[in-house]
Amino acid sequence: MTNETVIKTDKLTKRFGDFIATNEITFEVYAGEIFGFLGANGAGKTTAMKMLCGLSTPSSGNATIAGFDIYKQTEEIKKNIGYMSQKFSLYEDLTVLENIQFFGGIYGLTDKQLKAKSNQLIETLGMQNEAKKLVASLPLGWKQKLAFSVAILHEPKIVFLDEPTGGVDPIVRRQFWDLIYSAADRGITIFVTTHYMDEAEYCNRVSMMVDGVIKALDTPDNLKKQFSASSMDDVFFELARGAKRKAD
Amino acid sequence: MADVELHNIVKTYNKGKVKAVNDVSFSVNEGELFGLIGADGAGKTSIFRILTTLLLPDSGNASVSGFDVIKDYKNIRSSVGYMPGKFSLYQDLSVEENLNFFASVFNTSVKENYDLIKDIYVQIEPFKDRRAGKLSGGMKQKLALCCALIHRPKVLFLDEPTTGVDTVSRKEFWEMLKRLKQQGITILVSTPYMDEATLCERIALIQNGKILSIDTPDEIVKQFPENLFAVKANDMSKLLNDLRKNNEIKTCNAFGEFHHITFQNDNENSHNELIHILQKANHQNIELKHITPSIEDCFIKLMN
Amino acid sequence: MKQFLTFVRKEFYHVFRDKKTLLMLFGLPIVQIVLFGFALTNEIKNSKIVICDYAKDEATQQIINKIEASQNFDIQKTLFSHRQIEEAFKAGNIKLAIIFPANFNNDLSHLHQAQVQIIADASDPNTANTLTNYATAIIMDYQQELMKNNVVPFRIVPEIRMLYNPELKGATNFVPGVMALVLMLVCVMMTSVSIVREKENGTMEVLLVSPFNPFLVIIAKAIPFLLLSIVNLSVILILSVTLLDMPINGSISLLFAESILLIITALSLGLLISNVAQSQQAAMLISLMGMLVPTMLFTGFMFPIENMPVPLQVICNIIPAKWYYTIVKSIMIKGLGFSAIWKETLVLFGMTVFLLVVSFKKFKTRLV
Repeated sequence: MTNETVIKTDKLTKRFGDFIATNEITFEVYAGEIFGFLGANGAGKTTAMKMLCGLSTPSSGNATIAGFDIYKQTEEIKKNIGYMSQKFSLYEDLTVLENIQFFGGIYGLTDKQLKAKSNQLIETLGMQNEAKKLVASLPLGWKQKLAFSVAILHEPKIVFLDEPTGGVDPIVRRQFWDLIYSAADRGITIFVTTHYMDEAEYCNRVSMMVDGVIKALDTPDNLKKQFSASSMDDVFFELARGAKRKAD
Repeated sequence: MADVELHNIVKTYNKGKVKAVNDVSFSVNEGELFGLIGADGAGKTSIFRILTTLLLPDSGNASVSGFDVIKDYKNIRSSVGYMPGKFSLYQDLSVEENLNFFASVFNTSVKENYDLIKDIYVQIEPFKDRRAGKLSGGMKQKLALCCALIHRPKVLFLDEPTTGVDTVSRKEFWEMLKRLKQQGITILVSTPYMDEATLCERIALIQNGKILSIDTPDEIVKQFPENLFAVKANDMSKLLNDLRKNNEIKTCNAFGEFHHITFQNDNENSHNELIHILQKANHQNIELKHITPSIEDCFIKLMN
Repeated sequence: MKQFLTFVRKEFYHVFRDKKTLLMLFGLPIVQIVLFGFALTNEIKNSKIVICDYAKDEATQQIINKIEASQNFDIQKTLFSHRQIEEAFKAGNIKLAIIFPANFNNDLSHLHQAQVQIIADASDPNTANTLTNYATAIIMDYQQELMKNNVVPFRIVPEIRMLYNPELKGATNFVPGVMALVLMLVCVMMTSVSIVREKENGTMEVLLVSPFNPFLVIIAKAIPFLLLSIVNLSVILILSVTLLDMPINGSISLLFAESILLIITALSLGLLISNVAQSQQAAMLISLMGMLVPTMLFTGFMFPIENMPVPLQVICNIIPAKWYYTIVKSIMIKGLGFSAIWKETLVLFGMTVFLLVVSFKKFKTRLV
């Protein structure tokens, strides 16, 4: 992990009419870091993530993602990031190979690169027998792992993961994190949100959003010390239960 | 007396190609808070749908409150409360309108059984005119629970009620369930979250349509066959790799702050040996301790 | 009963709170009426023409007066030379030129035969045809008048009389067709989408696991659309009568009764579609494809059934809208009563019952 900053925000804000979803958040993420972006539903996480991915224009404030300006260079941002969420990952009615080829094509990989990456991916995941099967026929855990691998097919600087391990069994969850670790080792920055507090421990640093504001940002160990908590679960509880935004 | 019973239930989809429920049998006692614990695709929703008479099993039989799920389905449908997976209320109706509607569907009124839902409803009452679609996940949950309870059911089926909801709301939800249990309602809950298993009286662990184990959480933990240890060091990623390479370590799984391991030969020698090896590999701040397994540990063990 | 009414009330909430549904429900018929009525009329009004009168006698003057009075023609100029006519065609939007030769009246009186030259801009052959027909009709009309005042028999001229619609108004053809189209489309689509939405939502599951009879669910969903379709129908009729001079010569209550029959048919079709559609989009698509196209092609209001090849004529008979269209024309335009349409009504009724039975049978009270 170097000290190169891949995400830098300065008072980033998003307003919807009178409602301030994300309120002047300021933070940095470093290259190769596994950064946990936590918060209750309605805290402003999704809004913030959308801005960072170049999908939503901020109301005010500044940010650079992978060195590109969040207002003027959203297309460049999109080219340099990967994205995976629980809701969308792959096309169920295409085969594993077809999905890889499709996304590889979108990310601008050449045929040669694509072929090499394709083989590598299938081998790493052990999906040789499944390569020509429809994604819909795969068990959930395999789909998630495949989706993650496809999201980083183009070796982006940063990959955004929106609750990637929701609903999978404990073994698959850990296998997924193995993939995350190896990606981080290769220098890809991981920006992940999750509801599993034990996964918060796997992150280098964690931030907690409450009511649109970042209430805490530090390593898991420091946060536990700060809040005299024995687990990240307790840290979260301490911070979130005072939240005013209960109905939104 | 068993309030809910399943005997050798089998359910397949796609002309038998997908075996969602594979010979499942268990029973739930009256007034029990029972958890069905498993990941997506384990078969939880199929089982619930069979019990609530929405699906017909391929074979096997089941009953709820003494009524057969196939023959007496109308009786079951009038007497149970059901909260299916995703938010299944009317997004464009207000909180109050939803509640009144479901009360009427069950031939009752909100007033009649208000005492049952009061504790829950007061939390969402300030928003009673708001469209249900505009509530947060936690609020939607509470509303859905009220609507499922409004007719004072004897048995309550909650299919993944806490999925997608944050930790705080999840805790609150289980508090509400505990209070409901005191009213004598039999509650079946399904969830993928292992940590919620300990909040149930009895649980069934399910994977790939098969039951791995059914018992109280404590008993299941007692049945863990080996001694479990937790180990940590400064560089957890490297630690994981080193532990996996070590032949003396039988199983190793990441568990947040610690890695959980079991030994091939469980004695003081091998414990010290391990610490020695880790020190030689330049790990700092090594900590090794014996721990009680969690349900997740048991689940992983049973999966293998 | 109170239960049922609560359900119906909920359905009304859904309809009124969904802006898109409302737009479809009310906007569509109005747009259609306006479009069909005004813009797409295949009547041609106010076409610009020129008249070249070499005779300038009493007969030509009378014919010209008639032409002037006609709504179809707008006399641009009364020119004198062929060359001017040529230029007029090239320059302006002249569609037709009528030329009376020098001795028109004389020829007519003494030879009982006269010629008139009609030149039309045939770069649009359809319009040219129609305009020529209009002009010929006016001239024939004049000839008729002449013959009345004469003892000497002239050549027999074919009598062109349009029954029930001497002014050849387009509305009488279109309005019943639009009524059928709108009722079918709106009812089928709205019902099927509404039911599938409950399935997609997950609320259908919750409703099934309740003492509420699932068939009542369907009926409760149908009622708002039944009532709103009647409102729609009324709007269409009012618009047609006021804006398009559409006659309603028969009994209005009979008209509404037959319309309700069609609405129920449409609602059962909607139910049938909801049984097979897996998503709202699928329901909408099937409704559109299944309803719009056949209703437009096979009802008879756009293309006469008599002109179709026999196999297609057979297909027309299974389209409920076709029977409805016949019934409506009989009531509205011919002013006929039930005795004239009982056969068609029976067919429509039979279709309705059949569809209701089939759709209720196929309605699943379980998920799979």
